[in-house]
Amino acid sequence: MKLLYFAWLKQKIGTGEEDFPLPADVATVGALVDWLKTRGPGYGEALGDLSVVRFAVNQDFAGLDHPLADGDEVAFFPPVTGG
Amino acid sequence: MIRVQREDFDVGAEMAAMSGNNIGALASFTGLVRGSDGDADIGAMTLEHYPGMTEKKLAEIEAEARERWPLEDCLVIHRYGRLEPGERIVLVITASSHRQAALESCAFLIDWLKTSAPFWKLEERGADGEEWVEARSSDDQAAEKWAATKK
Repeated sequence: MKLLYFAWLKQKIGTGEEDFPLPADVATVGALVDWLKTRGPGYGEALGDLSVVRFAVNQDFAGLDHPLADGDEVAFFPPVTGG
Repeated sequence: MIRVQREDFDVGAEMAAMSGNNIGALASFTGLVRGSDGDADIGAMTLEHYPGMTEKKLAEIEAEARERWPLEDCLVIHRYGRLEPGERIVLVITASSHRQAALESCAFLIDWLKTSAPFWKLEERGADGEEWVEARSSDDQAAEKWAATKK
């Protein structure tokens, strides 16, 4: 699966994009967040307060309970501020 | 039509290019980079976006506007990259037979774009360094107003 991080999440995690197979016991966006937080302090800092993080699966907004399949594109970013 | 681009745009030329057989009204909104925010001077800002999802969300917003109002034509241009105060960020133009549809759909497009198109602004605030702009609840309220009025 492809993971994308934008704005300050990219800065805290230290990369904007990574690819790896969907971990075996990860079935939802929420489970992926919990799994990512174990990967290092940058992830913990970026994903510590989920009230300021939004999620997209395959380029549509998604909630923490959204199911995941290998090959999905999952993005993490702050509330949008364009316009 | 949707365009996401680095380069500037010409508002007059874009308005003149709107096409349809029965255009009686053109409405437009242009968003610019402000030079200050309260007491803080803003030197410039960098707009980051999510290529792919940005175009997808803007196309969805345009389709929603065309469903709600009888539009002859519709254009949304949003820039990305580093922009200085006074530079244009975003342009919305709507064309319809009558003013009400043009004005309302233009307001709808910019309100919805602000809360659902994946762009993020990083401001350069002089000695205070760089700061990511935080989303405003007033923008959410402006977008929700349109959700409530869906016909």
